[in-house]
Amino acid sequence: MRLTLGPLQYFWPRRQVLDFYAAMAELPLDAIYLGETVCSKRRELRGGDWLALARELAATGREVVLSALTLIEAESELASLKRLVGNGEFAVEANDMSAVQLLRERGLPFVAGPGVNLYNQRALALLRRAGMTRWVPGVEQGREQLAEIRQAADAGMLPEIELIAWGRLPLAYSARCFTARAHDLAKDDCAFRCLDDPEGLTLATREGAPFLRINGIQVQSEAVCDLAPEIDQLRAAGVNLLRLYPQPQGMADTVAYFRAALAQPPTQRRGDCNGYWHGEAGMRSAGPPHQDPLRQRPGAPLAAR
Amino acid sequence: MQLVCPAGSLPSLQAAVDHGADAVYVGFRDATNARAFPGLNFDEADLRSGIAYAHARGRKIYVALNTYPTPAQLGHWEAAVERAADLAVDALIIAELAVLDYAARHYPALPRHLSVQSSATTHAALRFYVEEFGISRAVLPRVLAMQQVERLAEKSPVPLETFAFGSLCIMVEGRCQLSSYVTGASPNRHGVCSPAKFVRWDETADGRSVRLNDVLIDRFANGEAAGYPTVCKGRYLVRGETFHALEEPTSLNTLDLLPRLAACGIAALKIEGRQRSPAYVGAVAAVWRRAIDRVQSDPAGFRVEPDWQAALARVAEGTQTTLGPYHRSWH
Repeated sequence: MRLTLGPLQYFWPRRQVLDFYAAMAELPLDAIYLGETVCSKRRELRGGDWLALARELAATGREVVLSALTLIEAESELASLKRLVGNGEFAVEANDMSAVQLLRERGLPFVAGPGVNLYNQRALALLRRAGMTRWVPGVEQGREQLAEIRQAADAGMLPEIELIAWGRLPLAYSARCFTARAHDLAKDDCAFRCLDDPEGLTLATREGAPFLRINGIQVQSEAVCDLAPEIDQLRAAGVNLLRLYPQPQGMADTVAYFRAALAQPPTQRRGDCNGYWHGEAGMRSAGPPHQDPLRQRPGAPLAAR
Repeated sequence: MQLVCPAGSLPSLQAAVDHGADAVYVGFRDATNARAFPGLNFDEADLRSGIAYAHARGRKIYVALNTYPTPAQLGHWEAAVERAADLAVDALIIAELAVLDYAARHYPALPRHLSVQSSATTHAALRFYVEEFGISRAVLPRVLAMQQVERLAEKSPVPLETFAFGSLCIMVEGRCQLSSYVTGASPNRHGVCSPAKFVRWDETADGRSVRLNDVLIDRFANGEAAGYPTVCKGRYLVRGETFHALEEPTSLNTLDLLPRLAACGIAALKIEGRQRSPAYVGAVAAVWRRAIDRVQSDPAGFRVEPDWQAALARVAEGTQTTLGPYHRSWH
């Protein structure tokens, strides 16, 4: 299995982004996804900047994929998407059906990201014909569903499968910006407050238990998904690539943790949850215990941990 | 402009027809639709009666098959397409690619509407569904501002249906996993959001609290109105303040926008609420029937009557109504 770095979901200052990817270029990652998937107002790096970065990273021998926005609302966003699709150098990860159609019209191969709803072998076959070469299942799809799909699919029909194995899960998107709302600002006048929170804003229950993360128009899980202890199961399920989502701290450790796990799955987990993989609520955790006993029960009241 | 009303039961269907719906959308009593609630929806006998009732009065029945089957479930969804076709419904409302493909191949003459759960927000996305499956209508997600709806209507390759009234999903429909993250049950796979079996109300000295699979969604003081605990409508702690960090329990109400929706050529207006009572369906259908008739006969002179708003406010979720995403300031 190969390790990939998913697109950066947060909004960081330009310098931080460039430094981050310079560090990533030194790590044993097989593929890197670049680009803005959450909010079109985030322009610390523009299209040309992402392309330049893509060329630098590709020169180190890694596969580079450009990720598209998940929710396209304005004509200007569709125009940006067209430019991304027509970049002429790098494969694109579609995160909605607009991108799928534009890629299909140009006859280009593409990755279907977790923002595209694909739940069975026939839907996969339809998009295979449209040009999909790789599929990143949505967060809620687990072991049993992948097994069903492999069993039902015709030989050679399946795309490569890239599973989200590490990071805060992208759970929902809205027309509304929750970060702006939390700052009592209008979305159109948001003052780019996402820059204040390099890993999103914590949303806690009224008894103080961290529950979700607000990241602009996106809502993430507070719990960090970690499928490293399940790596043997992932391999048996035919997963080809493991996606690790960027975090501002500790990525080198995370990549090392997964590299080691590919050789020998860990007996203790570093992240919090794996419920979706096991067909349960996404916030749940099954299997090996967390290495920190205080983080055994994500979603439970802090007082109970 | 067509008025499309919801029905979760035969009495609701009849109320919708009696109060002026041009079409009524319904679902089968299983997970093939996005309101798979206990005690709701239609068995074959009820649907047969409902179709007869509607057709006798020149109205249409649409069947929503708008969830996402896994491989093992595909046969069941295909059987649902067959059942609806055999009952001679007027259209299917579908979200998922394989179900659309099956309906297009086997029942090409039966109109296919793209469900809001498909989350198609641009003319490029709509083109995909027109070219692949020959859809004849698309329901727009509740994410676009009014101006964006107008621009899309100019270029859309297919007639559009927009949401006019009802409870408001604030997340992009079909791409929200908040329910499944907390409970394991999702709108896409199971046709449910925050199902009741995971809800627990606890009475306390100063009021009550409500949990979803043990996660505290909200607390209510004595006498405070308490809504159903979907994750998006709870009160949470963010930046040191407790508030509806995602959305208040409000209803979408676009009466004020009706002239613009009509002018840009929206083909149909959808009322949300298959889970609501016949009284709700009848009251809302009656108001929207009058409003649509008014805007079509006299677009320049259209104004919203106070008694329309009062009638809608009586049945709205929560106590307020909002233009929601249609209005830029909501974003």
